[in-house]
Amino acid sequence: MATDKPVIVGNATGCLEVSTTVYPYTAWAVPWIHSAFENAAATITGVESAYRALRRKGIIKDEIRFAAFGGDGGTYDIGFQSLSGAIERGHQFVYVCLNNEAYMNTGIQRSGATWKGASTTTCPAGECIPGKKEYPKDLTKIIIAHELPYAAQASPHNWKDLIDKASKAFEIGGPAFINVVAPCPRGWRFDSAQTIQIARLAVETCIWPLYEYERGKWRLTGDSKRIAEGKKEKLPITDWLKSQGRFRHLLSDKWKHIVDEIQAEVDRKWEELRRLCAE
Amino acid sequence: MQTVAMNGDQAIAYAWKQINPDVVAAYPITPQTIIVEAFSEYVADGLVDTEFVCAESEHSALSLCIGAAAAGARTCTATASAGLAFMWEMLYIAASMRLPIVMAVANRALSGPINIHCDHSDAMGARDSGWLQMFSENAQEAYDNSIMAFKIAEHLDLRLPVMTNLDGFVTTHSLENLKLLEDEVVKGFVGEYKPIKPLLDYRNPVTYGPFDPPDFYFEHKYQQVAAMGRALKVIKQVSEDYAKTSGRYYDILEPYHVDDADFVVMAAGSTAGTLKGVVDELRAEGMKVGSLKLRVFRPFPANEIAKMLEGKKAVAILDRAVSFGAAGPIFPEVRSALYDSRDKPKLVNYIYGLGGRDVSMDELKSVYKALAKNQAELINYLGVRI
Repeated sequence: MATDKPVIVGNATGCLEVSTTVYPYTAWAVPWIHSAFENAAATITGVESAYRALRRKGIIKDEIRFAAFGGDGGTYDIGFQSLSGAIERGHQFVYVCLNNEAYMNTGIQRSGATWKGASTTTCPAGECIPGKKEYPKDLTKIIIAHELPYAAQASPHNWKDLIDKASKAFEIGGPAFINVVAPCPRGWRFDSAQTIQIARLAVETCIWPLYEYERGKWRLTGDSKRIAEGKKEKLPITDWLKSQGRFRHLLSDKWKHIVDEIQAEVDRKWEELRRLCAE
Repeated sequence: MQTVAMNGDQAIAYAWKQINPDVVAAYPITPQTIIVEAFSEYVADGLVDTEFVCAESEHSALSLCIGAAAAGARTCTATASAGLAFMWEMLYIAASMRLPIVMAVANRALSGPINIHCDHSDAMGARDSGWLQMFSENAQEAYDNSIMAFKIAEHLDLRLPVMTNLDGFVTTHSLENLKLLEDEVVKGFVGEYKPIKPLLDYRNPVTYGPFDPPDFYFEHKYQQVAAMGRALKVIKQVSEDYAKTSGRYYDILEPYHVDDADFVVMAAGSTAGTLKGVVDELRAEGMKVGSLKLRVFRPFPANEIAKMLEGKKAVAILDRAVSFGAAGPIFPEVRSALYDSRDKPKLVNYIYGLGGRDVSMDELKSVYKALAKNQAELINYLGVRI
């Protein structure tokens, strides 16, 4: 839907790769390659380099687009170097991070995208420690610091916004990055039927603002734009924490100060983003 | 045929220039650096129309090659030492996807302690990854192997990646007189590249690198085994074709005065050249000695080695790498190759030259003399202060 051009897809190791390509079957009707966990960006830009070379030599005549998918583990953590390098080199490809805020493929371990206070199997909430101690790194902003032509945050609950962003990303003429919140029923501990509602809640509480960065310009989009304009209510972070089992322990009086800290951090980041988008 | 002075790295870059690959991925590491530097000049001067990509790491350089080769491009890269170690995971993936990538490896010791000089511990660490491994004695052979490697890798019976090794600094940085082929001769020899099931053929989509459960993985590994089983024949055939084109013939093994020798020393890389000089000098002294150059280490030419060494009085295998807790990596394979021979020679191992320790002709002579006097231990360390 986001492009009319043929697309070739690269995939990091993760749920998407494992669940769609169990040999001898494949769910992909487009050319697709997975090589390893940490190098989806390097692998797809190899494909794109071959395309550039063969187009220059006149062997390939059609215009082709390139996309790579990785989870937050394969993007924020182990795959960060190869993504950063590929963007710096200016290859034309769209990198999509399906961000479910932990290593879900291997059984819910913390990643650099896991929120403070979340309980995972490697940062479990216990008597002394209330889940993950650190805030996630703001990867979208780190990617934007590369001054690439296009980057965005999106959510599956606003599919129109997501597809608009993907369309721009494909046609921008250089590297593009889309960070998509991807609620994981198993890892986040909620009923699968709530998936889209949870994604919406992420945006409505401003823990996952929708915005885009296009050649130096920052713009809020969708519900985030409406919240900033006062047309929609900004929900408290407790609504978000209550919706998922991974934060359940934070709702006791003992960890109330953690909830307050998270709210303060979400507010601080939201105001910072509003300023960037207002400039 | 033009004769020029070049070092081994420049010779490889020049061979690549003549081949004009579609994609070259590069990350600098000593003593390979000259290859990608020289090639980048060809790109800058428009002498090739290669897509030259300076990756941010060796790991990404090989990942890029995998993407490019799967896409349908003729692809090569170069590395050494820690760089090859950093590519380790991707070596297996390149081979399992049957991608005919060519990679020059300027053999260099692995850390630690850090050392930039020659030994073969990098290549030997990659021996089980499914790549063909060829060793070059000098810059001329590095040039010739670089051309042959494309034809071998792309051969329809194989479709396997090929590593062309040359000794760091000894060969990479020493100037030699080389005989170069004309561009058109090289282009004609390697031929036009015909990719198989390329990703860029989007009308016929293919899936590379799927999740391979236990009910198929073993069969896929066996297919790699079978392809490797065809490789020696292909290498021999390509080497013979190359001899017709260039007048230079390289066999899988290069025996030097082995036929009538009592004592033979075997080595891979530049030391095989030094051994020839040592053999000449000892022959002049009346000793019946020979040397055996191992040009192809993977696949391992076990039967051919057994035939050449059967009936000798004693043989020393030189290893420029060590497998801690065992022996040198080549030695046990040679020993195993001779297990079924009726007339087994005494076989001993010499570990030498680690971290660029020079090996002199006198030291190599001492190996032959120890063989002749039956004084060598099973495993020996040549030139180390113990």
